[in-house]
Amino acid sequence: MTGLTIEDRVLKVIATSKRVPIENVHPDSSFESLGIDSLDRLNILFDLESEFDIEINDEEAKQVQNIHEMIEGVTHLVQAKTDSSPTE
Amino acid sequence: MRRVVITGTGVVSALGNSTASFWQALLSGTSAIREITSVDTSQVRFKNAAEIREYKPEEHFEARDIGFMERFAQFAVVAVRQAITEAGIEWTTNLRETTAVITGSCLGGRAVEDSGYWELFHNNKNRVHPLTIPLSMGNAGASHICMQYGIEGPAYTISTACASSAHAIGQAFWMVRSGAAPLAIAGGSEAPFFIGGLKAWEAMRVISKDTCRPFSAERSGMILGEGAAMLVLEPLDSALARGAHPLAEIIGFGMSADASHITQPVATGPSRAMRLALSDAGLAPEQIGYINAHGTATEANDRIETAAIRNVFGPHADKLAISSTKSMHGHALGASSALEAVVSTLSLKHGALPPTANYLTADPCCDLDVIPNQARLTQVEACLSNSFAFGGLNASLAFKVFP
Repeated sequence: MTGLTIEDRVLKVIATSKRVPIENVHPDSSFESLGIDSLDRLNILFDLESEFDIEINDEEAKQVQNIHEMIEGVTHLVQAKTDSSPTE
Repeated sequence: MRRVVITGTGVVSALGNSTASFWQALLSGTSAIREITSVDTSQVRFKNAAEIREYKPEEHFEARDIGFMERFAQFAVVAVRQAITEAGIEWTTNLRETTAVITGSCLGGRAVEDSGYWELFHNNKNRVHPLTIPLSMGNAGASHICMQYGIEGPAYTISTACASSAHAIGQAFWMVRSGAAPLAIAGGSEAPFFIGGLKAWEAMRVISKDTCRPFSAERSGMILGEGAAMLVLEPLDSALARGAHPLAEIIGFGMSADASHITQPVATGPSRAMRLALSDAGLAPEQIGYINAHGTATEANDRIETAAIRNVFGPHADKLAISSTKSMHGHALGASSALEAVVSTLSLKHGALPPTANYLTADPCCDLDVIPNQARLTQVEACLSNSFAFGGLNASLAFKVFP
């Protein structure tokens, strides 16, 4: 995954999970424009947890309204994980 | 067509292992939701459920029989024994050959598979328990009920997720009403507390980490429960002829499919189920005084159910009372509708409506009279019991007071 930013990886997870071309997925895309419903969101959260080895809690996940916020949330969780395990 | 009455009920639940203790707890607004103790939840993101704490298999079954019945099947038989005792059924050869047994269960004895797979995949064992199939099959409850009483009539199990036992009771009702069976035992049972099942629910992100607060602005999802409830249904004329005491009349059944989304509900399907139950019952909407709601306390269910009730009842929606007793007995999946059918039966018999417990503040999108926290002494003429399953399969049962 070297060379890919967190944003790149989140967009890739969304594209793979939803089976849409990566070119169609942008940080400012809305869930609606990509046809992402509640069950798709569950799948994406599951795949993001695997991709980044993080745990996304239900309450925070519910607050996420768009892909930009999803990238932000994942970035925070990855940052928190890095901070708590400095030896890695 | 014959009028059909309920002459016996049986309950195994986190609120009590008899109909009487269940009803007392409901009326006092007691919630049985506590920390899960039967499963190690250290790796599960939620900790609370409505578990049955006071159940010992050896108090109900011979030692040699216990190993042949998974927890959900034991619950089914224990509940049926209570129901048949209350109904005072006297078995004859003909009655045994024609009685119907229709049960509902969502998971059956899947806990047995869970522990078997743990041995296979985690402990590198090369075999599972030899009774894994007969213990885990969804119809084990119905089969054990038949074996217990020598019932040889039509018997089967319906699995429609959270509406399983509503579909079972509805089918049984129609069989007795049409004359296809002279007596029916119907209900549901569930025992969903095993690690694989809890992890599956965790992944759905619909389980509350707090408690079950249906229709309340603070609600944060559903809470699992377990148990069984069974009802004895028989024609009114033969019940009276043998001196039985009807608890309530079951008068309508409606069902529908959303045909929309595998988990996201829409209001049209539930509305149609309620309308069909009313028309099957020959009731005007204004005759309904109470609805035992599906009321899971998920944002989607509670808002959709409120909209569906408003849609069906129009201005009368503001005059009827609804409550979700899942706030007390939890969501016992395939057993839920049966527990709630018992609630409806007892509400009519005792002239009291159980509350929606754990209620804090109103959600403008759930603006019906939800009987917050305090039971109400009100005799209604008729009530509905709603059940809406994942997969968009809906059922609504209608009950009427038997004077």
